[in-house]
Amino acid sequence: MEKRVTFKGWLLPLCLIAPQVIVSAIFFFYPAAQAVWQSLFIPDPFGLSMQWVGLGNFEYLLSDPYYRASFLTTGIFSILVTLVSMIPALFLAVVADRLIKGAGAYRTMLIWPYAVAPAIAGVLWLFMFNTRVGVVSWYLGNLGYDWNHVLNGNEAMGLVVVSSSWGRISYNFLFFFAALQSVPKSVIEAAAIDGARFWKRFWTIVLPLLSPTTFFLLVVNIVYAFFETFGVIHTITAGGPQQSTTILVYKVFSDGFVGQDLGSSAAQSVILLVVVGALTIFQFKFVERRVHY
Amino acid sequence: MKKFSVGALAVSTTLLSPLAAHAQTEVQFWHAFTGRLGELVAAQVEDFNASQDNYTVVQSHKGNYSETLNAGIAAFRAGEQPQILMVFEVGTATMMAASGATRPVHEVMAASGAAFDQDAYIGAVKGYYTSTDGDMLSLPFNASTPVLWVNRNAFEAAGVDPDTDLSTWQNVGETLTALQAGGSTCPLVTAWQSWIHLENFSAYHDVPFATMDNGFAGLDTELSVNGPAQVAHLTAMGEWAADGKFIYTGRRNEGGANFRAGECALFTESSAGYAGIKAEAKFDFDVRPLPYWEGVGSAPQNTIIGGASLWVMEGHEADEYKGAGEFLSFLSSSDVQAQWHQDTGYLPITAEASAATKASGFYEANVGTEVAVIQMTANAPTANSNGLRLGSFDQIRGIIDEELEAIWAGDKSAQEAMDSVVARGNPLLRRFEQANK
Repeated sequence: MEKRVTFKGWLLPLCLIAPQVIVSAIFFFYPAAQAVWQSLFIPDPFGLSMQWVGLGNFEYLLSDPYYRASFLTTGIFSILVTLVSMIPALFLAVVADRLIKGAGAYRTMLIWPYAVAPAIAGVLWLFMFNTRVGVVSWYLGNLGYDWNHVLNGNEAMGLVVVSSSWGRISYNFLFFFAALQSVPKSVIEAAAIDGARFWKRFWTIVLPLLSPTTFFLLVVNIVYAFFETFGVIHTITAGGPQQSTTILVYKVFSDGFVGQDLGSSAAQSVILLVVVGALTIFQFKFVERRVHY
Repeated sequence: MKKFSVGALAVSTTLLSPLAAHAQTEVQFWHAFTGRLGELVAAQVEDFNASQDNYTVVQSHKGNYSETLNAGIAAFRAGEQPQILMVFEVGTATMMAASGATRPVHEVMAASGAAFDQDAYIGAVKGYYTSTDGDMLSLPFNASTPVLWVNRNAFEAAGVDPDTDLSTWQNVGETLTALQAGGSTCPLVTAWQSWIHLENFSAYHDVPFATMDNGFAGLDTELSVNGPAQVAHLTAMGEWAADGKFIYTGRRNEGGANFRAGECALFTESSAGYAGIKAEAKFDFDVRPLPYWEGVGSAPQNTIIGGASLWVMEGHEADEYKGAGEFLSFLSSSDVQAQWHQDTGYLPITAEASAATKASGFYEANVGTEVAVIQMTANAPTANSNGLRLGSFDQIRGIIDEELEAIWAGDKSAQEAMDSVVARGNPLLRRFEQANK
């Protein structure tokens, strides 16, 4: 016996998926196709003429050691952002879940930073760590540490990672918190009766039950680190010092909008598309196997 | 009462609207100025609109220099370009290469019938925006040049005579040592490092920044910033940075905050820093000519400009071009220019405006404001000191900034860093050449 609910005819289902298809076609497939097309040319900035170069743009990019280095920078940056935004979020969610009094207030406060736009978050952090007037850099100076992210690449990387992750912790917190609420109390109580301590219960019961959420957040956070951290990097380091914070998406911007080199910029977005596509497929194929739904 | 005012408003709008609708040609003017400069531009536009009733210039701010250029390019691609677009000097080569997108200013002026004499403009200013045939392609608007700012109080606090001769880097080097010995924690700071310590440095010492007359003679130009003069200067600067005599604060004019707060003794910055320093500095300051290395090249040659010019975009009606021409000729009139020069510290772009300022006694009342003018006009520009015309220059500046930071941090020697600038910058020039065949 067929248990699934099916539609009679095809008109209604078509109408139902049409909005999604149309939106994807206009805002995703069409621009993506255009980017692929443009990546085969070197146009002048004003769009007055175009020169066919075939794969010349890709050749030019991949022979550039700074572009290749930017893959590594992006990798380090994305991993750090994902870890720094997920681990504290999970910790906060676990702690907030155990609260009895004032849980609402804590929750609200923890979610707050998510409302701050990345560029503004960038400016806030920059202000705190400003080498001249920054509060934090002043305290560090008092402790004998000379903070200078303008010249020190590691410090610059640390600063953009923290600023990018800060607002994201709230987002992740929200998901972890909701997931924790859905962990069945009976299972935990049963474990408690068996004598399992809090951390034992956390590792063996809660964490595996959270895995679908963790996996979802992993995918979403990596995509975030790849694409949406642009504002933070632009406001804090502009990719410097010495390209140490130039991630792929920032280079797309700087070649396209600072250098007016739209051919190279288009080729880079095609490469980026392929990289993120491959990464997502990898995650679904290999990481998802370890997820228990 | 409320009803009455609403009624009055309605009546007056109805009465006034035929007036406003009275066929005035609108001319859009996109610029990159905010704050005090934005107010001054708005005032100039208002004055022009009040001075005649055929045209209305509508000014709008489109972000910083890079953003304004991008807004203009994006608008052109969408067919929504303004009549007049402000483009910073770094974008000059991009605009010049796009001959189908811009209309040369000399043509606009000729067509509008406005008085226009190219020879009235100061050579080093004009040269930057003039084609190889000698035609002015865009109208110089705000032009400045780097000078040396001196905090006299900081000198006295460190026990150094503030009237010491600072005309050469040799002397500055000794002074920095004396300042540091006297307890100064920030003897020297700079703004716009690439513009001052490489671009202007090269022109000032009459050594090439790039081949093909710094790009004026053709698109097949290559960087030559790794020459011995530039490397020697950056090596000295790198040593000063390592010793804590030169404090690096950032790529733009971040150092201005340190200087204006009185922390730093010397500051290499645009002459247009005048307004800000005069308003904020609570110490006595001097303006001195930019130092040069005694015995290197034929220094002091002349320094080059920074700032922006106004480009007229293609694709508009004849009467709009006439309006644009009228407005540009208003802006370059000597009264407007002299006022602009005195309010902002930007250079007067015509010899007449310079003479008018001198006659008004402004230079005596504001000592040091003439330094930049003299430094720019002291010698007739050579092929090395006419200016720079390089494609993708905004990005090349980014590369230069990165490599200079490597010197300041002690990661690279000046020679290595400049070799790297050449190796990384030339491919960008080739890309630009290919895009504009």
